[in-house]
Amino acid sequence: MSLNLTGVGLTHANGQVALREIDLRVQPGERIAIIGPSGAGKTSLLRLLATSLQPSAGQLELFGQQPWQLGAQQRQQLRGRVGLIHQAPPLPPRQRVVTAVLAGKLGQWSLARSLLSLLHPVDIQGASSALGRLDLADKLFERCDQLSGGQLQRVGIARVLYQAPELILADEPVSAMDPLLAGHTLSVLNQEASARKITLLASLHAVELALAHFPRIIGVREGRIVFDLPPEAISPAELEALYANEQLQSLEAVAPAPPVCVQIPRC
Amino acid sequence: MLNPALRDPAALPRLALTLLAVLLLWPGLSLSELNLAVLVDSDNAANMGRFLADFWPLAHDPQFLRLLGRATLETLAIATAGMALALLIAIPGALLASRALSLSAAHRSGRPAWWAQALRWPVRGVLIVLRSVPEIVWALLFVRAVGLGPTAGVLAIAITYSGMLGKVYAEIFESVDPRPSRALLIAGSPRLAAFAYGVLPNAAAEMLSYTVYRWECAIRASVIMGFVGAGGLGQQIDLSLRMFAGGEVASMLLTFLVLVLLADQLSCLLRTRLL
Repeated sequence: MSLNLTGVGLTHANGQVALREIDLRVQPGERIAIIGPSGAGKTSLLRLLATSLQPSAGQLELFGQQPWQLGAQQRQQLRGRVGLIHQAPPLPPRQRVVTAVLAGKLGQWSLARSLLSLLHPVDIQGASSALGRLDLADKLFERCDQLSGGQLQRVGIARVLYQAPELILADEPVSAMDPLLAGHTLSVLNQEASARKITLLASLHAVELALAHFPRIIGVREGRIVFDLPPEAISPAELEALYANEQLQSLEAVAPAPPVCVQIPRC
Repeated sequence: MLNPALRDPAALPRLALTLLAVLLLWPGLSLSELNLAVLVDSDNAANMGRFLADFWPLAHDPQFLRLLGRATLETLAIATAGMALALLIAIPGALLASRALSLSAAHRSGRPAWWAQALRWPVRGVLIVLRSVPEIVWALLFVRAVGLGPTAGVLAIAITYSGMLGKVYAEIFESVDPRPSRALLIAGSPRLAAFAYGVLPNAAAEMLSYTVYRWECAIRASVIMGFVGAGGLGQQIDLSLRMFAGGEVASMLLTFLVLVLLADQLSCLLRTRLL
C-alpha cells in the first residue's frame, strides 16, 4: 500500500478546518487526479501527504510507515521517497536552472557531493535530460528569474523527475501553461509514473484535463472527499454539485501571501 | 488660526512630543558635561589652530612613507586576520542560532517546536556575550596577556566581530524567503544542503555586503586599538600626535580615507561582478 489514510483531519493553527474525515487508500502505481473548487482543501491534502503538514486527527501511512511516529532522521529518509511539485515552485531567483533541478536529489546525495555540485554541477547530463523531456533543455544554464511562470513550473517538475521518487504529488502542476503544453506536461508525468510503476497524485483545476489523463478521479469539496470514481462513471450532475457556487467561494479562498520584507539592524 | 475647523489636529501632539524629547535630552546633555564654550575659548582655539596649521605640508619623506606603508599593511593584516577568525566562529554560530534551518518549522508553517527554540537560546547567548564587550576592552586585556603588538588586535577583533557577524548572519538567514529551503527539507534534504541550495542564493549578496562593511569597520577598529598598543596605523598616529607632528597625522588620515574608499569600491565590485 502506497498511501493509507484513516479518518484524517487537518485544522490550521488559526482554527480553520481544512480537511475532515479523509479515508483514502492508494495502491502502488495508481494515477489519481484530485479535483474540486478553490479552497476545497486540495493543496492541504497534498501537503499532508507530503508530510509538509501534520494531521490533527486520524492516521496517515506512507509506504506502510507512519511518518509522524518516526524520528526526524528516518522521516527525512521517508520524505526523500516522495516528490512534491508546487504550484509556484519555490526557487531562489538567482539560482541557475541546472542547480534547481539537481537539488531534487539532495535527499539522496552526501553533503560533500551536494556542496561540490554548487561549485560545478556534478550531473549536467541528468539535469539536461530531465529538462529535455519538458522541452526546456535550452534553459539549462539560465537563471530562474529569467523564466516565465509556465517555464518555472516545468523546472519544478523537472526537479521531481530528476529526484525519481516513488510517489509524485503534484499541486496544480500545469496551472500557468497553455492548454497544449499542459496536456503534454501531464502526459510526461503519466508516462513517468507508468514507466517506473510509481504512484502519481495530481490536483487539477481543469476538469477536462483530469478526466482525459487519469484513470481515477477524487472530488474534494469543503475538506471532504465527495466522490472517488473512474472518469467514465462520473455524471455531469456530480461535477456540477462539486463546483456549485464556485465563484463565491473562490473570492474568499485566494488570499495572497504577504510580501517578504524584513529590516535588518546594522551597526 | 482660531477657526477650530482649520486647526491642525496633529499640532498639539507634535508640540508635546517635541517638549518631551527636549525634557528627556536635557539631563543627558548636562550629565555628559558637554560645554561648547571651550571650543571658542581663545587659548584653546589658538592651540588647535597651531596644530591644524601643521597639517600642511603633508609628511612625505621616504623614511616616513616606508613606515606608513608598513603600518598600513599591518592594519590591513590585523583587520583581515581578525575577520577570518571571526568568520570561523560566526558562520557555525549563525547556522545554529537561526530559525531558518529548523526541521520542525518546515511542517509547522514556520514556527519551530518550543524545545528547538530553547536549544537556540544558549547559542544566541554566546553570540551576545562575544559582542557585548567592546573590542577596545578586549584589546586592553590581550595587550596585558600577550604583550604589545598586532596579536592583541587580531584576537580582539575576532572575538567581538564573531558575535556581531553571527547575529546579523542569523537574521539575514531568517529574513530571506523561507519557502525554497522548506521545500527542500520536505523533499528529504539534509539541513546544510537545504541551506546551501535554498537560503544561500538569496542571502549571499546581503551577507557579502555586510561582511565587507564589517571589514571596513575592522580596519577602523584596528586603528583605534593601535592607540592602546595593538600595532598598525593607530600606534603610529598615537606617536605622531604625541610629537605634535601635524603633517604626519594628516598623511595618515589621508591613508585612512583611501582605505575606506577602497573597501567601498571592493564591495561594489564584488556585488556587481560575482552575484
